[in-house]
Amino acid sequence: MKDIAFWILNTAQSRGASYCDLRVVDERARTVATKNGKVGHASNSESLGVGIRVIAAGAWGFAATQDLSRASVEATAARAVDVARASARVKQHELQLVPERAYVDEWTTPCQVDPFTTSIADNLELLLKVDSELRAVEGVTLAEALLSFRRYEQWFYSSIGSDIHQTKFITGAGYSACAFAGAEIHKRSYPNSFGGQYQNKGYELVEELKLVENARRIAEETVALHKADQCPEGTFDIILDSSQLGLQIHESIGHPIELDRVLGMEANFAGTSFLTTDKLRHLRYGSGLVHVVADATLEHGPGLGTFKYDDEGVPAQCTPIITQGLFTGYLSSRETASAIGEDHSNGTMRAEGWNRIPLIRMTNISILPGAKPLTLEELIASTDHGIFFQTNRSWSIDDKRYNFQFGTEIGWEIKGGKLGRMLKNPSYSGITTEFWNSMDAICSRDQWTLWGTPNCGKGQPMQTMGTGHGASPARFRKVKVGSAYKGT
Amino acid sequence: MLTHEQAEEIFLRLSRFSNADGLEMLIAGGHHALTRFANNTIHQNIDEENYLVSVRAVTGRKTARATTNKLDDESLRRAVESAEAMTEVQVDDPDLLPLAPASMTDGPPTNRYFEHTAALSPEDRARAVEGIVGIAKRNGLTTAGIFSSARSVEAIMNSRGLSTFHAQTSSEISITMLAGDSSGWQKANSPDARNLDAVALAETAARKARDSASPREVPPGKYTVILEPAAVLDLVGYLFFDFGGLAILDQRSFLTNRVGTKLFGENITVDDNVYHPLQSGAPFDGEGVHRRPIRLIENGVVRNLVYARATAEKMKSSEQASKVGRIGPTGHGFPLPNEIGEAPMNIVFDAGPETSRRSVEQMVASTDRGILVTRCWYIREVDPYEKILTGMTRDGTFYIEDGKLRHGLRNFRFNQSLIHMLSNVTEMGTPVRASGEESFNMVVPAMKVRNFNFTEVTKF
Repeated sequence: MKDIAFWILNTAQSRGASYCDLRVVDERARTVATKNGKVGHASNSESLGVGIRVIAAGAWGFAATQDLSRASVEATAARAVDVARASARVKQHELQLVPERAYVDEWTTPCQVDPFTTSIADNLELLLKVDSELRAVEGVTLAEALLSFRRYEQWFYSSIGSDIHQTKFITGAGYSACAFAGAEIHKRSYPNSFGGQYQNKGYELVEELKLVENARRIAEETVALHKADQCPEGTFDIILDSSQLGLQIHESIGHPIELDRVLGMEANFAGTSFLTTDKLRHLRYGSGLVHVVADATLEHGPGLGTFKYDDEGVPAQCTPIITQGLFTGYLSSRETASAIGEDHSNGTMRAEGWNRIPLIRMTNISILPGAKPLTLEELIASTDHGIFFQTNRSWSIDDKRYNFQFGTEIGWEIKGGKLGRMLKNPSYSGITTEFWNSMDAICSRDQWTLWGTPNCGKGQPMQTMGTGHGASPARFRKVKVGSAYKGT
Repeated sequence: MLTHEQAEEIFLRLSRFSNADGLEMLIAGGHHALTRFANNTIHQNIDEENYLVSVRAVTGRKTARATTNKLDDESLRRAVESAEAMTEVQVDDPDLLPLAPASMTDGPPTNRYFEHTAALSPEDRARAVEGIVGIAKRNGLTTAGIFSSARSVEAIMNSRGLSTFHAQTSSEISITMLAGDSSGWQKANSPDARNLDAVALAETAARKARDSASPREVPPGKYTVILEPAAVLDLVGYLFFDFGGLAILDQRSFLTNRVGTKLFGENITVDDNVYHPLQSGAPFDGEGVHRRPIRLIENGVVRNLVYARATAEKMKSSEQASKVGRIGPTGHGFPLPNEIGEAPMNIVFDAGPETSRRSVEQMVASTDRGILVTRCWYIREVDPYEKILTGMTRDGTFYIEDGKLRHGLRNFRFNQSLIHMLSNVTEMGTPVRASGEESFNMVVPAMKVRNFNFTEVTKF
């Protein structure tokens, strides 16, 4: 790898690049899925290549190739410089990066069981057991289960002297049951929707999730939804389970704090942000119970946003985002930190693969648990009348991240401090800051889970990235409920 | 760029490593470049070349896939061995068919490769962006967007002699113009970049940004809306994955028990037709089967579904067989193995005779009170059987009164059933090749729709 790096850095600099970094990525993935008692999908994939990012004539260029021969990587480095010179044709100012040190380091995700050492036969056996449990419940019309393993090894080199070798293992597992009857389709998922739970871990994650043990309950709830009452419309106190709160954080905190959005760099596709720079350290984002961090360090946990260095060689950090309700920090890069006068990047640049440029991406954007002991049962017991929302079904938010609407797979009425009737098609909506200011209780550390969102899309061309979101169940007062079905 | 002969040579090398009953190869890749701008500056600019070789082994009634982008013999051998090893541990799938025979890829070829587009350079794209930025500056606006170009190939070959190859170019321009409290947007794409008029797109986006300045708030409720083609595309895109036969067999489609019924208005007729002159993409599916033009909806009645080979066989022997119209492979399957089955990906709306079509300007002129929507955003499905979608308007939402655009509006959230929407279309424009962000490209018209359901208003 050092030879490849030398050829690339030498070519780029000899052609006039003032800065160059490169990432060689060797990636491997396995996906095994079952559907209604049969193998739905069995595949392995691997991908190797190099992406070269340069600054020349005060502008960015990037070129990538799968061919790692000397001739190819030198030609690709030269192409990156040519691309940068073309970029320089349309610019308003010279590109500035905040300073960063050079690092020479090696790091690997803590991983007890390399998932690629598990046999596909065993993977299938587990999924078929889950499938059998799901379909044992009369009324289930579709059962799907999935295991996903990924090994992502990256060598990063830069013209300031960094030489960083990182390897990540990413494991995901989950399943869903659907029930069609009459004119309704209902679905329940475990442990989360859209693929399940994902973390930077080995196969030990799969063993922790108790997949088979929960399958019968999930299937029974799916079928029971057909007899449940429609979620009412109105204003209610609501409690979100931790996975739904994780997605609420993702959409209404994680995206608006991306400094590239704030500065207009994503305006054509993902949008901008209501969090203009005048709001930093002035906006009352949430109630005093709202403490949110962007934490990529291993101490935070094995989230999908955990690493030791980001993809421009900046060390992982913990940044306070919301401190006792006050907005205190953005996600930044070396370029965007410079643009707002900060003296360092907080290390959030990541690329989907070798053939994509790094962008500001959420790391682990987590709400800290309540300091006082509080279980979900105790939180429900302290709620006189409300609705408990579990497991996301739909999510949507405007392009400045003000107005959102979420639906969940299932809801439960809370009356007199107790869970009552099951509710189908529950939804709630609101305005970001009004919503977070209405939070009046959050459960404690023992109720906190670091969820993985494996499918966050951003950028042009679109890049998919995994992000982490730690959350405990929390309560919000006087929230608008049920408008998803209003007038339809 | 990889040629048909080079793809066949790779398949021969793969075949030598295989002990399976059957082997299928899919190659996809090429060269892709994208120039991205924001704040009147090119801030990202990429250039990539990559090819994937994906191998599917079939042993008896078991199949699995392995994919690599490394084209050396050792990597290709590893891919074949990996696919074969994964088949060995499976139980038989009674629905799995042998590989597609060569006779199933007998459709006419398409010509979607344009040398001019293939040769576009970073300098060419930068010059176009320079023009867009010039228009922004003249209007006192800032602009953000992309100009991309690509040349790509897709090839499928198998051990039953099937060999099919498609090369094409593509290009796309998307432009947002931003003012203090408003914005405008336009997007277009084509296999031939000479069909893209960057200046016209930029001028239209700038006009929308200017005209929607100082947006006012009107209360949510049911309004007559005029949806520009991109807005139509992003909404109706949520229909078509349900037109796969497997979606019916799985009972996850909103068409379950509804094929043959009149679900939409009399004026809604939709085909899937890869050969339409405004369409793009390969004329074969994930098994190499020729894509056949299919009428999906006729005068509001759901007429036909699309089928991969195995789905067609399964449907014929299912209790649904008598309820779903014509059954047979249509060339719409995704690469196997997969859980989704198939979907129509070359949608073409028929807007009726030209005399009945109306331009957006004519639709506005015939509207007493309504809302013009340029673009939708963050659309998600709320209810899978009633096809209720939620989402936002974005980048140019206008109030119409007495046949004129009066002023810009704060953006709305909608919760709207697609079934109801397509039952309430009162006027349509000429179908165009439209491009949005929430769905694949289609040939769709602008639509005027009664009783469109806005449920909330946001703060800008």
